[in-house]
Amino acid sequence: MTDDINQLLDRARAEINGATDLRALEQLRVDWLGKKGRITELLKQLGAMPADQRKSYGERVNRAKEQIADQLDAKKQRLEQADLDARLSAESIDVTLPGRGEDVAGLHPITRTTQRIERLFGELGFESVSGPEIEDDFHNFAALNIPELHPARSTMDTFYVDQGKMVLRTHTSPVQIRTMESVVKSGRKPPIRIVCPGRVYRKDLDRTHSPMFHQIEGLYVAEGVSLADLKYDLHTFLTRFFEREVEMLFRPSYFPFVEPGADVHIRWEGGRWLEVLGCGVVHPNVLKAVGIDPERYSGYAFGMGIDRMAMLRYGVNDLRLFFENDLRFLEQFRDTGAAR
Amino acid sequence: MKISESWLREWVGVSARVEEIKDRLVMAGLELEIEAAIAEPLNNVVVGRIESLTQHPQADKLRVAQVDVGGQKLQIVCGAPNAREGMLAPTALVGATLPGNVEIKQAKLRGIDSSGMLCSAKELALAEKSEGLLELDPSAKPGTPISDYLKLDDRVLALEITPNRGDCLSVKGLAREVGALYGAASSGPKIGEAPIATRDEVKVAIENRDDCPSYAGRVIEGLDRSARTPDWMREKLRRSGIRSIHPVVDVTNFVMVELGQPMHAFDRTKLTGAVRVRRATAGESLRLLNNQLVQLTSADLLITDDRGALALAGVMGGAESEVASTTTTVFLESACFGPTAVAGAGRRYKLTSDAVYRFERGVDPAIQREALERATQLLLEICGGRAGPITHAGDAKPASIRVPLRHARFCKLVGYDIPANEAEALLQRLGIETASTGQGTWLCTVPSYRYDVRIEEDLIEEVARLYGYQRIPLRPYRAELQPAQLPEGRRSTAATRATLAARGWQEAVTYSFVEPGLQSLLAPGIEAIPLDNPIADPLSVMRTTLWSGLVPAWRYNVQRQQKRVRLFELAVCFRRDGGCIVEAHKLSGIASGDAWPEQWGTKARPIDFFDVKGDLQALLGAAYRYAKGTHAALHPGRTAQIFRGDQAVGWIGDLHPSLVQKLDLPDTPLLFELDWQGIAPVAVPESRRLSDFPSSRRDLAPVLPESATVDAVCAAVRAAAGQSLQQIRVFDLYRGEPLGAGFKSLALGLIFQDYSRTLTDVEIDTAVKAVMASLEREFGATFRS
Repeated sequence: MTDDINQLLDRARAEINGATDLRALEQLRVDWLGKKGRITELLKQLGAMPADQRKSYGERVNRAKEQIADQLDAKKQRLEQADLDARLSAESIDVTLPGRGEDVAGLHPITRTTQRIERLFGELGFESVSGPEIEDDFHNFAALNIPELHPARSTMDTFYVDQGKMVLRTHTSPVQIRTMESVVKSGRKPPIRIVCPGRVYRKDLDRTHSPMFHQIEGLYVAEGVSLADLKYDLHTFLTRFFEREVEMLFRPSYFPFVEPGADVHIRWEGGRWLEVLGCGVVHPNVLKAVGIDPERYSGYAFGMGIDRMAMLRYGVNDLRLFFENDLRFLEQFRDTGAAR
Repeated sequence: MKISESWLREWVGVSARVEEIKDRLVMAGLELEIEAAIAEPLNNVVVGRIESLTQHPQADKLRVAQVDVGGQKLQIVCGAPNAREGMLAPTALVGATLPGNVEIKQAKLRGIDSSGMLCSAKELALAEKSEGLLELDPSAKPGTPISDYLKLDDRVLALEITPNRGDCLSVKGLAREVGALYGAASSGPKIGEAPIATRDEVKVAIENRDDCPSYAGRVIEGLDRSARTPDWMREKLRRSGIRSIHPVVDVTNFVMVELGQPMHAFDRTKLTGAVRVRRATAGESLRLLNNQLVQLTSADLLITDDRGALALAGVMGGAESEVASTTTTVFLESACFGPTAVAGAGRRYKLTSDAVYRFERGVDPAIQREALERATQLLLEICGGRAGPITHAGDAKPASIRVPLRHARFCKLVGYDIPANEAEALLQRLGIETASTGQGTWLCTVPSYRYDVRIEEDLIEEVARLYGYQRIPLRPYRAELQPAQLPEGRRSTAATRATLAARGWQEAVTYSFVEPGLQSLLAPGIEAIPLDNPIADPLSVMRTTLWSGLVPAWRYNVQRQQKRVRLFELAVCFRRDGGCIVEAHKLSGIASGDAWPEQWGTKARPIDFFDVKGDLQALLGAAYRYAKGTHAALHPGRTAQIFRGDQAVGWIGDLHPSLVQKLDLPDTPLLFELDWQGIAPVAVPESRRLSDFPSSRRDLAPVLPESATVDAVCAAVRAAAGQSLQQIRVFDLYRGEPLGAGFKSLALGLIFQDYSRTLTDVEIDTAVKAVMASLEREFGATFRS
């Protein structure tokens, strides 16, 4: 009898090992352990056995049953693993193939720089405002303390329209005037804290001059605004813009609409000083021209070339590149999700 | 303006090196560069004296000179026509290397030995051009190295002053500024009064003191016509960038650079009666020194005599009374003209000169007599002659300019407290007199040459400038904040740009002025604004449409092998409307090439209308309608006008094929343009209740005539289906057999849902039947099963 069971076990092991798929294995489970399976048949014979043999024989059959069940389970696991392996292998892809769909393009470097500057001043409470690009003489010149025949006019080669009645604005300063006018007209009072970015025009064209370029001007008028405030705010801005400690030089300069006036230079590569912006304390004539009392209020103003800031920030060496719109140039400014 | 270092040092005793002086001036607001007085050092070039001169036996144009170069005689062959016996000229010895790497060697010229070279100014790089040898003063000592004789070991300060600092446009003025910065005194040569040796005088009168506060003149007769300007003056002028012409002109230029007073010399014999400074009257004209005939206006300020106009005051003299080399009697003018009178004429007649430049920026009204005496002194020294009495009109002494200053105001505007006594001392260094008027207040008297100091703020700047802007500490932010608005119902330019960039559109920035021909094709019938003075013809009108800049930018890229181009711009356009200038922002784009970047998993196809429309729909949202429209620049069958409600806000379409041909474009681009104001409003989201009940979908495939637009079909579907229809999806479009020409089949997915219950099949079937009936009725639709 023992031999019979051993033989059965051998046969079962051979059959299980020979199974090549899960279905065949399931059939073997039925054949051996099912209701009519061969092991089940052996157990059915137990009842006809003498009592003294029944117990030990029963134990052996049950052990064989467990062994076969274990073998079936183990084989099942192996087959399932093989199936999974085959599937995974069949489904594998070359992950180095490029992804599908649209490429991301980018913003123009001038826009990118403008947004950055607006954001930095925005955090200091400066609101961004805009104004007309075709201006009248009053807003572009006279209100800025630049009367007709002032030498400062000849330094700004002006484009005219309407037989000289109107000009393409030569700076964004007229927006300061318009903003102050509207504040006064609406009965509000300073503080006024604005930046005005936009296109400006001067009749000039070479590597560092374009007949159209971009400026951003800032204006802060309130009680007690001083040159010392201006120095601090510009230093803060320049440090944030270039993301490093910036050595800054304030030099006396002349703009008719500020007094005292200054040029700001920063230490650049090779230790040389680079002029980056002009600024000063708002001239009392400018405040008077818009109806703000210069005895009570004072202000500072500054202006810088956005194009120049973009050139410095991104290492662009020819201003004309900004307006050629060559995709090979522009694609370098692909939108990478950088903070702005 | 250029001034040599040695000339400046004659006026102000400061021991600092010139680079230090430069830095100090720059930090005080005067822009300048340091240049060498001479391009290359001149070694082995000495003063030579031509002892004798004989004709070269073999060459007509050459002569053979015996030259004394100091204890040694050299034979030198020379071709200069002005060479003559007894003349002194720079002589390059054998072994010298002249500018431009010209080596002087022992040579034989047409058989005659030549041991050196007699030099012109150009050969020594002392002039751009020159004729003949550079003649030196008869007193020059042969053998003296030329660099010692001309004191060439010198530097030049080239100043680029800001328009407010006209007072620094002279040696005197710059020395004054340097003196103020270093706390040193400055002074120039002694100028005495010339002895009066002739009674000849010209009376002078001024019509309006605002135009001319001071006019001084005098006659000098008996000038030696053969006199030449001495080398020391020529060299000073050369270093100031002024060419020596003849002694009278040289002296007036010299005084202008030295004292800042532009002067003019008239030929005395051409003057009749008295000189009068007055505005021109209509009809007058004047031929100027440069032979330009100007028709004068009543704004022009003139120097006249009894017969009429002599000169355009402060701008240019007249040809008639010009001093020539034959002139022996001159009338010298030393006048102060008002900045605006001179600047106006300068601009009207497009005349620029050193005189205009100075008068525009302000000439000291107190210096006319001094300058006239200085010019007389120099002229008598060089040309001999006899001076007449000075005639003067105008203010003998300019009125004092007094400006009050409060120490407290200084502290407020500068944000820093410079002690009152220190501020006062700084002002005094600038020649500004201070008289105390109480606790921390002064009445300051400003020197006549400081046109830029008129109000308290000007004084404040002067103190801060001399104290040093760098020394004023930074004051940390301490403002009351005023948070900005963030209107959520307005479209953001930044977000719009980001959306387009994320969908593959690259932002461009093009010029606001464009080519008028191209623009009239792209936007006919819109009145553009031309520039009075464009920089070039292709940039001569303001753009009415951004396409005028985008089409050339697109073409630029396509012509440079860019196969796929998508550009957009968000910027201002300009037009005239009923006489008014209207500025409006537009958002526009141009695209061509493949619909997708070249890639392996998507079949390549060219971009079309619906790709661009898809991007616009993504950008603009659902509230927009695209209706077939006609635009002169766009393909009539492939163009939509875009509406937000009833408001037309833009266009989308293919560029018209005939324009593609006319403009010789490399491809047909798609274009869109949106009015920013029209698309600026956006809805702030409002959350709605969601249905808890299942939705049902029914698909329909009506066969329709081509004339039935999807918008019209969907409208009919919506009207017929009733409230429970939530959505219509257009998921296929079929043309071809068996439908036949003129027909298409649309595949529509209708999604039904109710908020209060589950819809029954019967209800949905009823709705679908109604839809089918409506489509049959309105469009003659048939249905494929």
